[in-house]
Amino acid sequence: MASKPRIKVPKSASAGEVITIKTLISHEMESGQRKDKDGNPIPRQIINKFTCTFEGQLVFECDLDPAISANPYFEFNAKVPASGTFQFTWLDDDGSVYEAEAPIEVK
Amino acid sequence: MKRLLIAGVMLASTLAWSGPVLAEPVDDTLEIDGMPIVTRTKAPEGHPFDEVMSGWLFREAETRDVERETIENPGMIAVEDGETIWNTVEGTEGKSCATCHNDAAESMKGVGARFPKWDADSEKPINIELQINKCRTERMGAEALAFNKGGQQELTAYIKHQSLGMPVELDLSEGEMQSWWEKGKDVYYTRTGQLNLACASCHEVAMGKYIRADHLSQGQVNGFPTYRLKSGLTSLHQRFRGCIRDTRAKQPKAFSDELMALETYVTWRGTGLSVETPSVRQ
Repeated sequence: MASKPRIKVPKSASAGEVITIKTLISHEMESGQRKDKDGNPIPRQIINKFTCTFEGQLVFECDLDPAISANPYFEFNAKVPASGTFQFTWLDDDGSVYEAEAPIEVK
Repeated sequence: MKRLLIAGVMLASTLAWSGPVLAEPVDDTLEIDGMPIVTRTKAPEGHPFDEVMSGWLFREAETRDVERETIENPGMIAVEDGETIWNTVEGTEGKSCATCHNDAAESMKGVGARFPKWDADSEKPINIELQINKCRTERMGAEALAFNKGGQQELTAYIKHQSLGMPVELDLSEGEMQSWWEKGKDVYYTRTGQLNLACASCHEVAMGKYIRADHLSQGQVNGFPTYRLKSGLTSLHQRFRGCIRDTRAKQPKAFSDELMALETYVTWRGTGLSVETPSVRQ
């Protein structure tokens, strides 16, 4: 269902700089409120949690609920102390985990 | 008194001229994720304009900004869907696009900049949509996709996106491309519909002016399938038909000879512009 997530993190930054991170994942975000042609409810299947960590340290975390529309997009800021890797995780209702990572170099 | 009157007339005429008479395309440069995109270039020989300009230059600043980063571009969702279709096995032969063409990033690079091409089998120009159908029916044993159905736009957008930033260049020496080009030129300059408009009426004669709230561009097709703010992903023939409908003429069918000739000619009019698929327009 979901293809590989897209992320945008600057390749480099200066120490202590506040950078902007953008992420987007293609996902239906089926709310569970809709019915199919025969009137049967379509089971809920959404991404229920998004997490961003930097070298094991939590940067941003968010619970998602059924009212969030398809293809959830997040934009947030982070301060980078040193070179390292950002790790992103999306949790799906069906138990799937989508992951991505992006390195950043601090000059 | 007379002098006052003259001054009054002069003032009135000054006021009449002070409004925005001509709205020129903006002076701006486009980079998509750091890749330079040609939005202005010298027109090919025999072109009515000296300079060809991408429709991007005619859009509002906010709309232009959306195209600068692929992550902000809503059309990229369709490109991702297209990638899924590329890898999906369909038909009796058990093949997907990827079975023969492998990685689109390599095999399809430049393809979007060179279509429509001459197709010797049908003795007509062929565009990406029809080439997909040809592959599906002849190699995959699958059914041809109907116009704008079954992911046709998404797959076309995915294929054309692989040529992002490459200059549009048609080979008119192949087969009878030249005569189809002539035919397309006729379509372009023929007035049709109750409003009696030709393509050229808006996109050549009135280029740069406003038609109500819409800024008339040169009508370039280098960014198709395009993401339109009003209708989402929009294919080229859908746009052609929309324009023709607006002249209150009878709409030709998608991929008809008339529109294939027009696609050949209009694509040539954008020679040298970068492929922007999926571009963002209003």
